[in-house]
Amino acid sequence: MGSQGGFYQSKEFLDLVKSIGEARSKAEEDRIVLSEIETLKRRISEPDTPKRKMKEYIIRLVYVEMLGHDASFGYIHAVKMTHDDTLLVKRTGYLAVTLFLNEDHDLIILIVNTIQKDLKSDNYLVVCVALNAVCKLINEETIPAVLPQIVELLAHPKEAVRKKAIMALHRFYQKSPSSVSHLVSNFRKRLCDNDPGVMGATLCPLFDLITNDVNSYKDLVISFVSILKQVAERRLPKAYDYHQMPAPFIQIKLLKILALLGSGDKQASENMYTVVGDIFRKCDSSSNIGNAILYECICCVSSIYPNPKLLESAADAISRFLKSDSHNLKYMGIDALGRLIKISPEIAEQHQLAVIDCLEDPDDTLKRKTFELLYKMTKSTNVEVIVDRMIDYMISINDNHYKTEIASRCVELAEQFAPSNQWFIQTMNKVFEHAGDLVNIKVAHNLMRLIAEGFGEDDNTADSQLRSSAVESYLYILGEPKLPSVFLQVICWVLGEYGTADGKYSASYITGKLCDVAEAYSNDETVKAYAVTALMKIYAFEIAAGRMVDMLPECHSLMEEFLASHSTDLQQRAYELQAVIGLDAHAVESIMPSDASCEDIEVDKALSFLNGYIQESIEKGAQPYIPESERSGMLNISNFRNQDHHEASSHGLRFEAYELPKQTVQARIPPASLASTELVPVPEPVYPRESYQTTTVPSVSSDAASTELKLRLDGVQKKWGRQTHFPSTSTSNSTSQKTVNGITQVDGSNTANSRTRETYDSRKQVEISPEKQKLAASLFGGPSKTEKKSATGHKSSKPSSHMVKSHAPKSSMEVASEKTSPVQQPPDLLDFGEPTVKSTAPSLDPFKDLEGLLEPTTQVSSAVNHSSTAAVTKSPDIMGLYTETPAGAHHKDSDILSGLSNSPMTNMVGGTTTMQVAQTSKSPNLKDSLEKDALVRQMGVTPSSQNPNLFKDLLG
Amino acid sequence: MGIRFILMVNKQGQTRLAQYYEWLTLEERRALEGEIVRKCLARNEQQCSFVEHRNYKIVYRRYASLFFLVGVDNDENELAILEFIHLLVETMDRHFGNVCELDIMFHLEKAHFMLEEMVMNGSIVETSKANILSPIQLMDKAS
Repeated sequence: MGSQGGFYQSKEFLDLVKSIGEARSKAEEDRIVLSEIETLKRRISEPDTPKRKMKEYIIRLVYVEMLGHDASFGYIHAVKMTHDDTLLVKRTGYLAVTLFLNEDHDLIILIVNTIQKDLKSDNYLVVCVALNAVCKLINEETIPAVLPQIVELLAHPKEAVRKKAIMALHRFYQKSPSSVSHLVSNFRKRLCDNDPGVMGATLCPLFDLITNDVNSYKDLVISFVSILKQVAERRLPKAYDYHQMPAPFIQIKLLKILALLGSGDKQASENMYTVVGDIFRKCDSSSNIGNAILYECICCVSSIYPNPKLLESAADAISRFLKSDSHNLKYMGIDALGRLIKISPEIAEQHQLAVIDCLEDPDDTLKRKTFELLYKMTKSTNVEVIVDRMIDYMISINDNHYKTEIASRCVELAEQFAPSNQWFIQTMNKVFEHAGDLVNIKVAHNLMRLIAEGFGEDDNTADSQLRSSAVESYLYILGEPKLPSVFLQVICWVLGEYGTADGKYSASYITGKLCDVAEAYSNDETVKAYAVTALMKIYAFEIAAGRMVDMLPECHSLMEEFLASHSTDLQQRAYELQAVIGLDAHAVESIMPSDASCEDIEVDKALSFLNGYIQESIEKGAQPYIPESERSGMLNISNFRNQDHHEASSHGLRFEAYELPKQTVQARIPPASLASTELVPVPEPVYPRESYQTTTVPSVSSDAASTELKLRLDGVQKKWGRQTHFPSTSTSNSTSQKTVNGITQVDGSNTANSRTRETYDSRKQVEISPEKQKLAASLFGGPSKTEKKSATGHKSSKPSSHMVKSHAPKSSMEVASEKTSPVQQPPDLLDFGEPTVKSTAPSLDPFKDLEGLLEPTTQVSSAVNHSSTAAVTKSPDIMGLYTETPAGAHHKDSDILSGLSNSPMTNMVGGTTTMQVAQTSKSPNLKDSLEKDALVRQMGVTPSSQNPNLFKDLLG
Repeated sequence: MGIRFILMVNKQGQTRLAQYYEWLTLEERRALEGEIVRKCLARNEQQCSFVEHRNYKIVYRRYASLFFLVGVDNDENELAILEFIHLLVETMDRHFGNVCELDIMFHLEKAHFMLEEMVMNGSIVETSKANILSPIQLMDKAS
């Protein structure tokens, strides 16, 4: 190994790395790290540790944290190391600090000073290191401490410094845009820096700035276009080439920026057409990087003002992506298609079979991307197919994050495009059944409202049909063993409201079902509350209709249980139910009118219905009511004395919860202070006032009518869950709900999963292509007949291509590897000559041109000597490196096998073979690898069989 | 932001290098690494090199025994990130000569230094191998 990679570390370090490298399980690794922590704790604080040794300790600390253990005991030593004079040691210190500390850590304040000092250093490498640290460690508050120096460094003679200074400003902009708002012009200035590296870096902050405020940067369109043109024409130094593409990463960034600037702006877009078209033509679609640029071009074209020619090129590129065997390209193709169909929806049609292939691909990533595409192209004609597919997929996955997302998409599409009420309800049922605990509660409220209101038309028969079908489907679904809480709430509410409405089901049948629900989900109080209220409604409707109410025995026992429930909400509902049942038909009808859930309830805020009662009381000599605002001054001791009396008289009328928190805190403090110093007075007079206020307010409404009103309100509030009256239990039982739901979800998805798989399989076995054709027709075929016809036209040609594809997967891997490996080598051979090319002046000319264009006064600094230091590359090694033949797959396999073998005997054998493998694969660079091995052996680290992969060339 | 983190993990799932561009606590890092490594290592070679995870994507590439995993925002160009990984490996290869897992382990700080040159604030800032390596070579010479 050459000068760069010499193993100058200590044996201890090598041993540590070796043992970590050979650890065969997480537990073993943890043991190693824990003992390392003990060693480091002992050693790191020893006085007079040589700095090389200290640097090694710090790297060992980095290992400790990287492997998931706390190394905070050593942070301070990393901070201290940033003070060191040796650059390598200093930089390692900074690196460790950026890895260990977040910007708000207490120790940061100790570093700001060092950073300030280093920013002033004469050695530009020290400045660069400090600027790296600035990007990671400076928070909003410390920005002003370094900002002036950073601004100064923007004009530093070294391009590396200018580049990093720009990025530091970029960081400040990300942290706190206002802190650098006056410096934004610097970004524009640096865009025409002599050095392409600085220009490239400046694109990062400009991209962010333009994202936030497009209109202020429209003037730069010409400049960006001209830069992009020059980059594409290979006028940048060769060093920026990657696999024969000129500065691809800069091209991509520029295309992203142009996409922003041209969005919805015809004039700006027109400036871009030529250059984007050129890039489309020039891009090599056989390399990954070429395709990356093509993809970015498509994104740009679909974002800017549409141009037919470019759209055509984009469509061509997309079809190449989709036809490729590489899953990566297919993925990009699907994504690109999703962007382009916004502008030209007809393009999706020609790729329908490719899309369906992707949809049915076993690769989850591809499948999801395709669902995203389908989501974008959903309309009323294909919503049923798409949502059904989505739901099937939703049922089959376990990833809750994605399940939630796809569930909300299903709901959104169903709400937007539902062809019929019935379908909507069925779809919602499926979503709730399988992802009920993941969807937003609002979705449930929406569903209830929809069932109550119908679809808005004044078609009463349709509405009642909707309700009947909902009731029927819910009664059926209740047969499932476990259902999510939210869904049960909807079911209970609908059964209560409409269960007996159409006369199909008897009250005793519905109430029986409701009792079953309440019993089966006995640890879910919200569901129980919904069930009780639903029972009350059913009974009320029965009484109002003049029928005899015959409470089921299980309902009786349920009520007895609830009457003694710990939940006040449940108790209250149970008592209300009892009260309602005892009333006559007329009273019940006015309390609980049937099908009145949509009617507005007028709340008499002035409580005018109490006037008579108040009048009576005042005549009897009662004090008139004084509003709270006027009352505050009159507070006196006598009121406090009366407090108990007040409380007793108004006990049953409290609406609010007792105000415990403040009082208990105050009550608790005095004893504690009393214990220490008995002389401290207890601040008593404060709290009676509070309790007084709470007791007086409710005392006004002590009429039977008010409880009735309350009763009604209660029910309504709960239905929609909008207001604060929503049952307080909902929060308290959320945890228990979750555990229940966890089980439901597993059960539900399992059964459903197997079900869908069955249907899937059987479908596939019969015949693949007709099925696909049907799917294609239903997905892509629009309402018009012509579209459908063209769909069938495609059918005849596509199946054959599909057949080919189905054989392809095996070879696709090889093709892919073939594709990449030959491509990656030649450019690097080219790269070999880069130092000389780079320092030639002509290549920089374009930027001088640009400067003139943008700002005539900018300095033309001598950028000739930049990166002259780079000439120290070890060229001979590179030659050797790339002539090397790639190690075959057989080697890999044997490595894996020997790596897995456990017994010491096989270890020995495996060891020798892998050594051979390592050497053969490194044959062209034999000298290097021999040196490496020799050095390692010298240090006592022998490449053993335990982890032969450690020695394997990554690019082999 | 663009790039959220860069991880190197071997095929046993052991972390070999981790660089985050947004702050995560030790526990969060550990959980995230466990989760995504499990996800990516379970995939076969025909499948996409991209995996959606929570609200971002992971682009990964395997070299011998080592996986390179890059977490990126959803609007990032996946293919470009895939090639960025390759550029990183090529750069390391140029520096170490036949770079292998052990090189990265023995010179963890250098691997980090290269990343520091290539990525700042989660954006790719430098792609010229010469520019990336020159500060590191100068530092080697000086010490």
